[in-house]
Amino acid sequence: MSQSESNGKPKVAFFDFTSCEGCQLNKLNFENELLDILELVDIVEFREAMDDKAEEYDIAFIEGSISTPTCIERIYDIRRRAKVLVALGQCAVSGGINAMKNAMPMEEVQETVYGNDKYLFPSIPAMPVSAVVKVDYEVRGCPMSPPEYLHVLKSLILGRKPEIKDYAVCVECKLKENECVLEKGMFCLGPITRAGCDAICPSNGQYCTGCRGPVSNINKNGAVEMLKRYGFSTEEALKRMKMFNTNELEKEIKWGKE
Amino acid sequence: MSRDLSINVHHVTRVEGHGNIVVDVKNGVLKKAELDIVEPPRFFEAMLKGRNFHEVAIITSRICGICSLGHQMTSLKATEAALGLEISEQTEILRKILVHGATFQSNVLHALFLAAPDFLNVGSVFPLVNTHKDVVLAALRLKRLANEIAEIVSGRAVHPISIVPGGFTKLPTEKELIELKDKLAGQGMKDALFTIDVLASLAGEIPRFERETEYISLYNEKEYGLYDGVICSSDAGLIRVEEYERVTNEFIVPHSTSKHARFNRSSYMVGALARFNNSHKLLRPKAKEVAAKLGLEAPNHNPYMITVAQMVEVVHCIDDTIELIDVLLDRGIKDEKPNQEPTRFGRGVAATEVPRGILFHDYTYNRKGQIEKANCIIPTGQNLANIDDDMKKLVPEILNEPKEAITKKLEMLVRAYDPCISCSVHLLDVKFEE
Repeated sequence: MSQSESNGKPKVAFFDFTSCEGCQLNKLNFENELLDILELVDIVEFREAMDDKAEEYDIAFIEGSISTPTCIERIYDIRRRAKVLVALGQCAVSGGINAMKNAMPMEEVQETVYGNDKYLFPSIPAMPVSAVVKVDYEVRGCPMSPPEYLHVLKSLILGRKPEIKDYAVCVECKLKENECVLEKGMFCLGPITRAGCDAICPSNGQYCTGCRGPVSNINKNGAVEMLKRYGFSTEEALKRMKMFNTNELEKEIKWGKE
Repeated sequence: MSRDLSINVHHVTRVEGHGNIVVDVKNGVLKKAELDIVEPPRFFEAMLKGRNFHEVAIITSRICGICSLGHQMTSLKATEAALGLEISEQTEILRKILVHGATFQSNVLHALFLAAPDFLNVGSVFPLVNTHKDVVLAALRLKRLANEIAEIVSGRAVHPISIVPGGFTKLPTEKELIELKDKLAGQGMKDALFTIDVLASLAGEIPRFERETEYISLYNEKEYGLYDGVICSSDAGLIRVEEYERVTNEFIVPHSTSKHARFNRSSYMVGALARFNNSHKLLRPKAKEVAAKLGLEAPNHNPYMITVAQMVEVVHCIDDTIELIDVLLDRGIKDEKPNQEPTRFGRGVAATEVPRGILFHDYTYNRKGQIEKANCIIPTGQNLANIDDDMKKLVPEILNEPKEAITKKLEMLVRAYDPCISCSVHLLDVKFEE
């Protein structure tokens, strides 16, 4: 795609780190909009879909957590070459589901998986991209919410600052007129989880798993008290809250930033 | 011929995950030909420990976004086997539709978006928007339609929502199913047959290479085995799913963060071509016609034909989904709640044919309904030894060709297997040396 040198379209690149690549796949799932998107940007690097590689990028989208020393080297290199860097999906934003292992003693994790060979396989905690380099914008969720991604992409193309929601999933769930999941007797993390998914899980009869991370002013003790009122033990409530949010909730884990 | 050749393709493109092709020839003698897997480890088995039975599929789904439905489905079946949860006939039919949808989606993505550019000598699908717009548009419509199956029946294509142990938390409406059926029977089938015609016209671009191996898939005497069945080996016949470890025999190799597998030979193949070779008689008639048109006959020993077998399966999945929807509509959709009352706690093993081949999940639950032990055996991991064996036979056969041609054929070979490397390294991390 060498036409990008002269046509003035922003050069966009996608990179994947430790993740399931589901967020990348979601970008190919815009079947109806994909050709329109290609009119507006030049995709210069997207290993999952194409061969080309580029030297610099106007916008770099990063999927996945940083979980090996090689990941750290790669992300530094990408940051140096990217004007704007966007963390895409919860693994990149917070460590996501990969961070579950961070709450367990590393020795135990490695032993469970490798048995006697555990010392052969070094690993570091799963970190958000922002623990290593500056992240300009975030698209949350596991998987990322497609409309939110489109909003961020369009805003950046237009040179605007994307609008990021910072209120609870409950707000969107009420707008959908769903029956309250907690009232149905199920567990739910809607009250403390950041909106932007259009309450897709409660709308499909499931509980909110907290995959978009907590709202910025989360009251952890209040959330545990609320879940206890609905019959969940403190231990159970915390365990379930950590499925996607171990790094946020494990205050003892710090990545050199406050 | 006393040629020296060194090929090192760092991070093969248009595959899911990170792998390198390493080939080393000295004085015309092949010293090394292998696919190095360099994906970071994930530790899923450790993360599952202590999790409640209804959380398990939510977590295993995240092993791979591309195979999320397959992981959820296999996870649910293993949990149900371990806890003695019965599912209804309606649930089973809806799940079969979902497996068809996932196979349809993934096969289209691989054959038409990731592999097809090789046949047309371009580096990605994007330049084809200008040169082959009608094909790209048909391919995009097919992918959208396949994703719609997942969205209507499970709430979301990547990491489905409403499939849970014992059933569904939300059911599709009859109106949604009728609309879906009309789309599948109309534009869907039309687009599938059109892209297959294009693929047939490019048959000459598919490299000719043969290596007979052991073909392993699920087998079900009533239907083309995808959702459920017993293990079938082209060498050893039928084996119970519970005895999967006798088949997979996982072992560690230093050049891969994913374990390898072998059964009766040094390697075996899983995936669309293995399924076709073992179960072709059970394909829908329309799919058999397409196979004949594409020159695919069982048994076929050319791994490059995996892509062709995938498109045959696309037609089978579309056609069979139409019939399954008809069965559902005849019965009427019943408002059923998921059955989540365990009748026992113990071990459960399940297998599903996911797009890249047979997938096993094996769980042991404690009396609180929490995971004590988990093991997942991934199709791509099972194919890795077979890919290495293919490369070792292929490289000497094409050694007189230019390096670029050899590299392209090797990349196409790896890509033909549609490897899903995120899946395959869900647990292992081994240092590798070049």
